[in-house]
Amino acid sequence: MHPILEIDELHRSFGRVHAVRGVSFAVQAGECYGLLGPNGAGKTTTIELMEGILSADSGQVRYRGAPLGPQFRAEAGIQFQSTALQDYLTVREQLQLFRSMYAHSNGKYRDIDELLDICALQPLAGRDARKLSGGQRQRMLLAIALVNRPRIVFMDEPTTGLDPQARRNFWELVRTIKSEGTTVLLTTHYMDEAYQLCDRIGIMDHGRIIAEGTPAELLESHFGDRVLLLPRADLEAAQLDVQWQARGDHGEILTSDLEATLDALRGANVPLAELQVRERTLEDLFLHLTGSELRA
Amino acid sequence: MKAALKRIAALTHARNVEFVRDRSALGWNILLPLLLVAGLGFIFSGEGRPLFKIAVFPAQAAVAEDDHPILGLRYAELVGVPDRAAAVAKVERHQFDLLLNADAGAYWVNDSSPKGYVLDRIASGQGLTRNQVSGAQTRYVDWLVPGILGMNMMFSCLFGVGYVIVRYRKSGYLKRLKATPTTAFEFLCAQIASRMIVIMLVTVFVYVGTDLLLDFRMVGSYTTLLLVAVLGASSMVAMGLAVAARVQSEELAGGLLNLVTWPMMVISGVWFSIEGSPGAIQWLAQALPLTHVLTAARAVMLDGAGLAAVASQLTVLAAMTAGFLVLGALLFRWGSD
Repeated sequence: MHPILEIDELHRSFGRVHAVRGVSFAVQAGECYGLLGPNGAGKTTTIELMEGILSADSGQVRYRGAPLGPQFRAEAGIQFQSTALQDYLTVREQLQLFRSMYAHSNGKYRDIDELLDICALQPLAGRDARKLSGGQRQRMLLAIALVNRPRIVFMDEPTTGLDPQARRNFWELVRTIKSEGTTVLLTTHYMDEAYQLCDRIGIMDHGRIIAEGTPAELLESHFGDRVLLLPRADLEAAQLDVQWQARGDHGEILTSDLEATLDALRGANVPLAELQVRERTLEDLFLHLTGSELRA
Repeated sequence: MKAALKRIAALTHARNVEFVRDRSALGWNILLPLLLVAGLGFIFSGEGRPLFKIAVFPAQAAVAEDDHPILGLRYAELVGVPDRAAAVAKVERHQFDLLLNADAGAYWVNDSSPKGYVLDRIASGQGLTRNQVSGAQTRYVDWLVPGILGMNMMFSCLFGVGYVIVRYRKSGYLKRLKATPTTAFEFLCAQIASRMIVIMLVTVFVYVGTDLLLDFRMVGSYTTLLLVAVLGASSMVAMGLAVAARVQSEELAGGLLNLVTWPMMVISGVWFSIEGSPGAIQWLAQALPLTHVLTAARAVMLDGAGLAAVASQLTVLAAMTAGFLVLGALLFRWGSD
């Protein structure tokens, strides 16, 4: 059994910029795989190499065990980071146009009304596609990516620029698609998005994948501690043996022994009324791996 | 094959819808030819034009009204001519209604010209020697109409395809199409089909409108003329595709399209004949599709030329279509990769 997509030692440069430097990973059928990283990490170049939109300087992409070809074009759905469409067409006409580009057989491809329902576009079906809001437009682009009932859907930063409500609505859509068995490959620089949607993630920086696994595996393998947050002023006022770091108005204590740390805080008479305890996040992991803040 | 045709039809339909709903573009495509027609109508059908046009040789004799009473005729425009033979040729083509050789006391009229007949009756009682020529009328407007129609077609073909493709590429729409099973050839065929439909409809509209206003000469076969128009438009659409095959910027596309349209405007014979031009100009003109379109269209419309007579122009236009199409397909890029 082959993975649905295998990426082997991809390299791609633009002039002097070596955007992708030997990226390799595999995507299993039915999973949601996320490429996570800051802007400029090489995510978009990598996904466009995987989609066959860009050609690689070296390396190979294999879809269901074979190099990319007509079968991949027929079975893949693609949502670019930004896409222009034919002007003056309504949402329904855009879907009809793209549906016509795929050969029909045995009703395999989705009905337009079904797509409009799935993507909550039915009330907008007759609207000029240029007049949609950001979230509506992203839903329409996703609907276009789904017209051929794809086995694999690529989404390049699909929620960038959307408000929180629109992002959450979009996440629900992705979960629906995934529940139908469709493989999803997405790029994002939102850690919460990757955590919410992805079964596995690859963290990219400077054109390389620097860590890969499930979010839980990655956090567990790199961190055995938790984060305690307390008001900075309270920590500064106390005589503490515990190491802490200032983060704005708060102080952050990393601990692998919660009970001992709490005892130490009580011993130093630090008020614990505003104590917050949080698990490590992907953002912490990125910081830990790269030694830099996320460049969103 | 069926899937490919379905894609071409879908893309053609989408482009047509885009064109029709873009009111400004549609309006301009209809308005410009109408303005041209109206302008031509004004220039060639104006009330203020003199009734008769009399050529006088030698040129300075045009003022000798006392010697020749016909020169005092009201509503007649007198034109002094330096070359009698050239003026006789113009009488043959109805460009002058009468030529008076003042020194020789003779005049020339065309026996098939109604105005010439009137002037002949007036001149016959004035002791002048009568000379008769014959020949069918060819007005400048008859000669100009194919030029105007061809020029309009040229701009619509080149800018309507070349500019649009560059806009699609720059906006990323072509990149989105690349992600579907659509091939470059299918996309290019759809662009040609869509533009051909628009051009042929607009050209027929302008042809009919101009004919109603100017009643221009058309003595040949409409089928042959349609064939000339179809092959001419396809050659220029294909030329537009080749120009836009990989250009990324609309500014550069505009420059390149002007680079090919302006020479055609000037030396393909839209406004005046290039006969007598330097050899290099005539040679260059033969490399431009509009030259062959206009040569063939005028032969059909003015001289009644049949298919065989314009076969060489049609062959050249077909070859240019194929050549530009192959060149465009080879050079074509969906995006910047």
